[in-house]
Amino acid sequence: MEFLIMQSFYGFSYGSLLFILSCGFTLIFGVMKFVNMAHASFYLLGGYVGITFLKWIGCTTLSFFLGIIVAAFTIGLLGVFIQRAFCRGLFGQDLPQVLLTLGFALFFDDLVLVVWGGDPVNVAVPEWLKDTLTFSNYHFPIYRLFMISTAVIVAFGLWLLLDRTSFGAKIRATADDEEMAGGVGIKIPLVSAGVFGLAAALAAIAGVVGGGFLSLYPGAGLIMIPLAVAVVIIGGLGSVKGAAAASVLLGLIDSFGKAFLPEFAYFTMYLPMVIILVVRPTGLFGKA
Amino acid sequence: MSSGKLVNFKFLGFLLLVVLVSPLFLPTYIVSLLTQAMIFGILAMSLDVLVGFTGLASLGHASFMGVGAYTVAILVTEKGYGFWPSLGAALLVAAVVAAIFGLLALRATGVYFLMITLALAMMVWGVAYRWYRLTRGDNGISGIPRPELGVPWSMWVETNFFYLTLCAFVVVFLLLYLLVRSPFGYSLIGIKDSENRMQALGYNVWLHKYAAYILAGTFGGLSGAFWAYFNGFVSPPDIELTVSVEVLLMVILGGAGSLIGPFFGALIVVFMKNYLSIYVGRWLMILGATYILTVLFIPKGVYGGLGDLVQGLWRLRGKRPEPVKLEDSV
Repeated sequence: MEFLIMQSFYGFSYGSLLFILSCGFTLIFGVMKFVNMAHASFYLLGGYVGITFLKWIGCTTLSFFLGIIVAAFTIGLLGVFIQRAFCRGLFGQDLPQVLLTLGFALFFDDLVLVVWGGDPVNVAVPEWLKDTLTFSNYHFPIYRLFMISTAVIVAFGLWLLLDRTSFGAKIRATADDEEMAGGVGIKIPLVSAGVFGLAAALAAIAGVVGGGFLSLYPGAGLIMIPLAVAVVIIGGLGSVKGAAAASVLLGLIDSFGKAFLPEFAYFTMYLPMVIILVVRPTGLFGKA
Repeated sequence: MSSGKLVNFKFLGFLLLVVLVSPLFLPTYIVSLLTQAMIFGILAMSLDVLVGFTGLASLGHASFMGVGAYTVAILVTEKGYGFWPSLGAALLVAAVVAAIFGLLALRATGVYFLMITLALAMMVWGVAYRWYRLTRGDNGISGIPRPELGVPWSMWVETNFFYLTLCAFVVVFLLLYLLVRSPFGYSLIGIKDSENRMQALGYNVWLHKYAAYILAGTFGGLSGAFWAYFNGFVSPPDIELTVSVEVLLMVILGGAGSLIGPFFGALIVVFMKNYLSIYVGRWLMILGATYILTVLFIPKGVYGGLGDLVQGLWRLRGKRPEPVKLEDSV
């Protein structure tokens, strides 16, 4: 029982990180039909920006949260720049989109090596986050609780933004029918850039939060992107709700898979994807 | 590009001649790079059948190379199999894996297909990385000897292995050429252009795609078998995501849908990887930049782009367009 609860907790917290990482990926696709394979590079760059900021200013509770905001803001701007400069002309062309963003993914992964070196590094976290919370004989690492709460905040914030604001209404209108949305006066380029920036910022948040938990190293982007891909395939491309469900599912599978079948850790990670594809080719929440 | 002549055989014959005599003049290192380029050329051409002719962009093609390479590596080092049985086994295993993966991946199209192939390739990589008893995990399998063919030339000599690879390359090229110029190949192009129309015309679109996928995977396995023999060592980095990305770049850079184009892509990528990275040291960055520049500036690829240029110049030389007199046209 204890094993079951702890493994579920580990899986749930890892799934939370996967959700923060992949919700932006699925959002960009949902709104702009754009596949951004460089998404995990935003994760990586965001983490490194956070590390640099915390090294520069010193790690306190305040600066840690400030670091998350700084990383999100910087990488968000980078995302807007990339979208405006390179991605505008590729609307509706799947393959060039994928190739272009893969190019960026490789480029950024290597850039990290040049700027920050090749050693695996971690984001410095404030002392209280390193503690554990103890209930009778269960020990919950606070950092994992923090990851879960961040994911909940991100999910709630996204829901608020998409469902309750006029910008969100514009995003949904663009996702449904871009031409009509443009026709009624919504500035599509603005919405696209905004969504791209938002997604990049979310990936950067995942980078800082994840960087306190997993190490960051050049090439980590290329490790993370298949995970984000698995999440959106299982959840359905373009569905934030699906991404949430799939993240938790994958997190749980990862933690139990590693416990029971360590030899096939990667295999078990992608197996549910295969099974779901056989049953529902468009993913759990995907539109046909 | 899908209509008209696919390849210029005069040009290719000339090229073959150049390649045939090149080992006489080139240092061994360059010859071994050419061998590498041909092995990756086989892989890239097989991927082109999917990307350029069927319209299925796969981001996991290196997994077939990996399957072929690991099959050869295991059979040769542990069971002591000879060249032909190992090669046959590599092709068979790659075909079987492609048959299974195809069933899954072809349930989707477009971006979905691409992502599923990526995830499937990650599974293969995961098996290679973690299933220690079979693949020896991170250490890889080393000590694969060059094949013994019962001919007086030792395959340990780079030039001889080069000619062996060249034979395989030419055979694969001709087979794939016959394939894409057959009625089956034209149906594939039809599927690429409009799947719905082909469906309406009564073609079994799924079966065509499935057959193309298995064929591409099988030839991918062949390239893997040669890679294992060439390198003498197989390890998980041989089949990681970057390799699949590189192969796709070879196809796009060379020119998707031109069959021989991807070989030029492979040539460029292999030489850049081994030369530029010595001087600049940042191979992945160069690869990424090449990607970005290719997509932005030469989306038709080197082969297609150069072909257009040559044709354009040819036409210019032949006849100058008559200046149009304004009075006449009004």
